[in-house]
Amino acid sequence: QFQLAVPVAVVFSPGSVPGDLPRPLPFRDVQEMEIPVNLRTTVTTRYETIYRSTTAQEEAALEAATAREADAALHPLQDASLGSLTLYVVPETSSLLPQGISVYVGKHRSALVRAGGGLAALRARLQQLTQVMSFTVSSITAALSDRVPNGQLSPDARRHLKSSLGYEITFSLLNPDPKSHAVDWDIEDAVNRYVQPVLDKLSLVANFSVDSQILYYAVLGVTPRFDKESSSFLLSAHSLPHVINPVEARLGSSAASLYPVLNFLLYVPERSHSPLYIQDKDGAPASTNAFHSPRWGGIMVYNVEAPASPQASLPLHVEVDMVRVMEVFLAQLRLLFGLSREELPPEFLLESPGNEGLADWELDRLLWAHTVENIATVSTTLTSLAQLLDKIGNIVIKDDVASEVYRAVASAQSAVAELAVGHLHSAFQASKEAVTSSERAFFDPSLLHLLYFPDDQKFAIYIPLFLPMAVPILLSLAKIVRETRQRKKEPTKVD
Amino acid sequence: MAAAVPAAAALLLGCCGAALASGVQDQAEQFFRSGHTNNWAVLVCTSRFWFNYRHVANTLSVYRSVKRLGIPDSHIVLMLADDMACNPRNPKPATVFSHKNMELNVYGDDVEVDYRSYEVTVENFLRVLTGRIPPSTPRSKRLLSDDRSNILIYMTGHGGNGFLKFQDSEEITNVELADAFEQMWQKRRYNELLFIIDTCQGASMYERFYSPNIMALASSQVGEDSLSHQPDLGIGVHLMDRYTFYVLEFLEEVHPASQTNMNDLFQVCPKSLCVSTPGHRTDLFQRDPQNVLITDFFGSVRKVEITTETISLDPDLADFERKLPKDELATEPQKYAEQLPVAQIIHQKPKQKDWHPPGGFILGLWALIIMVFFKTYGIKHMKHIF
Repeated sequence: QFQLAVPVAVVFSPGSVPGDLPRPLPFRDVQEMEIPVNLRTTVTTRYETIYRSTTAQEEAALEAATAREADAALHPLQDASLGSLTLYVVPETSSLLPQGISVYVGKHRSALVRAGGGLAALRARLQQLTQVMSFTVSSITAALSDRVPNGQLSPDARRHLKSSLGYEITFSLLNPDPKSHAVDWDIEDAVNRYVQPVLDKLSLVANFSVDSQILYYAVLGVTPRFDKESSSFLLSAHSLPHVINPVEARLGSSAASLYPVLNFLLYVPERSHSPLYIQDKDGAPASTNAFHSPRWGGIMVYNVEAPASPQASLPLHVEVDMVRVMEVFLAQLRLLFGLSREELPPEFLLESPGNEGLADWELDRLLWAHTVENIATVSTTLTSLAQLLDKIGNIVIKDDVASEVYRAVASAQSAVAELAVGHLHSAFQASKEAVTSSERAFFDPSLLHLLYFPDDQKFAIYIPLFLPMAVPILLSLAKIVRETRQRKKEPTKVD
Repeated sequence: MAAAVPAAAALLLGCCGAALASGVQDQAEQFFRSGHTNNWAVLVCTSRFWFNYRHVANTLSVYRSVKRLGIPDSHIVLMLADDMACNPRNPKPATVFSHKNMELNVYGDDVEVDYRSYEVTVENFLRVLTGRIPPSTPRSKRLLSDDRSNILIYMTGHGGNGFLKFQDSEEITNVELADAFEQMWQKRRYNELLFIIDTCQGASMYERFYSPNIMALASSQVGEDSLSHQPDLGIGVHLMDRYTFYVLEFLEEVHPASQTNMNDLFQVCPKSLCVSTPGHRTDLFQRDPQNVLITDFFGSVRKVEITTETISLDPDLADFERKLPKDELATEPQKYAEQLPVAQIIHQKPKQKDWHPPGGFILGLWALIIMVFFKTYGIKHMKHIF
């Protein structure tokens, strides 16, 4: 049983208070919703909402010209703890939000909502917004995917990266034609400038390590078709799955750490196959010229401009535009983690997170899903460990395994308690500790059931050894007992 | 008020669901049918000695097919109990042939054996499956599958009713194998599992499975022997077993994009060719074998999506942020000898084991023996002995 509590503050600016409030401001309200996952697991979500009116500072901040400035000004005034949300309601006629937009979601943990239509409509909009910014039913059931009965989840709900303690990111440059293209990419600089800020933001979620490599003469597994109309080469969508495998063998991901590896490949097509475009299902070339595979990584095709003069000396020197490349790779990284911005209703306007890569509330979404997933994993692991011990009665549990189990249970309990109160940060840390301990306990090498013999095998080995030896002993014992009894019966002869 | 909440939630779900459904077309539907994102293979040959050449050739031919269809070496755990290619009795060193007249060398140029020779034991095999591996094991020897992995497990060797012989000295029973698979399922180490076994009475090995999502194939039923295919007079041993020979022939026709399904694999090697009756078990498997592609297990067809979203990066902002100095911790250069406690390990004295007087069963046994001895022979005779 999980209880997830989300602390939400709804702040009404002057002129936006709906007429039909049940109680005068400020007041608290708690809404509960049940998400049944399976017969034994239910997730209850509590939205602990505080409705209040703006303070003077907030009013001043809301006087700003654009929504973005208002968001920046409001940021220091908020309660910035992980998991909490602050929603500001602005009057219907406010000019902060552009026309047709009724919700503006900022970079941090706040949003601006346009009032209108009475309390019920406002509540519905707030509900929708809160779900977008924290977690939805589908994201929670996806996190608990191994408990959901088969068939209820769509298959693509399980394709996001599983919660893990660390991830290894590898950037590879594939140059199949070094004779024609001498490709230079300043990956170290790009990683420091663009990737590192995103990873710093995500460092709360897991440890990341980054490496890079350049592979020469690495070809794709498929031959692209030449398209006369656009005089370019096209890779159709259904041949993309076969592209990855021949390259994977050369990527060296087996030498990396034990964490899941995310590969980002940049492919510079050969001169004879330039320019190369990726076609999507409708036949149009993809705007990003990139595709990604769930739980694996992404590939981007970087086309090199044909030289102006045909007599240009080969190899051509190519300086890769790392900004364009990193924009795509970081977007793919977000999609691999499950942070997609495409599924929102049109009247929502989302602020771009800029160089940080993801907004605070998106980080919260990840943390909610990962915490729930971690706690579910811990309980499954410990339950199956207990079942294993039940089955094989004479397994010996070492002391350190026992202490890991105790630690896992304590951390899981504290994580559940923190979730019920709404402290997302401490809940996540506790759940991470619980997962580490439970994995260490479960995968301890000493728990191999082969090492423990069932009782019938023991009997089968020792009986043939001891039974023949025991027969004369038992017979002699019987003789001794008989003699003693006879002697007792006979009167002793006294000479 | 209360009704608006679930209605709004349903609306949100509905519009999200509609967006997803319309975005997925037929081709993509096909990709997502099986729900796996990566493939693993565990290929085990359990017999040693030169005359069991055919078992190594069996395993290597499945290895070759699996690699050809796309599974990389990093996702294959290959366990060979003996080295046939470099065996002193091999007239053609560095080759392992599957057809007579040396048509097909399944050893190849880039074979990567993970567990070799005496490392192929029941314990290691179970450790690989359940994941209870000592932390010092290299990554190539681990099965790092997750809940979205389809795993192919192929075993071959000498077997009997309910067991498979490893290395001529130990055996794995079908109960142990079923328990190992259950452990894997508990920890969600596989999405779907295909188990193929080519031994005598192979069907007995899959009788005891009880975990979901397992499909099993065997080369012969209980009471039947699996026969070998053909000897090669130049090499002097039988080269392959019949079942795997025809499976290899079948797999040579499969390419990464083919749509052949499991029902075709079930038809491979009818009794007329194989002499034994191959069996299969699909009751634990969720999907219909008609819908299961061969490449779901033997190949590695990835699901891909075109990336349609991008983020926008501001290079000037990045420049500004990076001007902050990063202080580097000065680390002392480590000397190799200091890092390992070698001195402690070498000079460690063996731990003194405390002596305990015998107790329990042994004590009772000895007491009984001594008592009977003295009672039978009498104490007074002892002075004659001493």
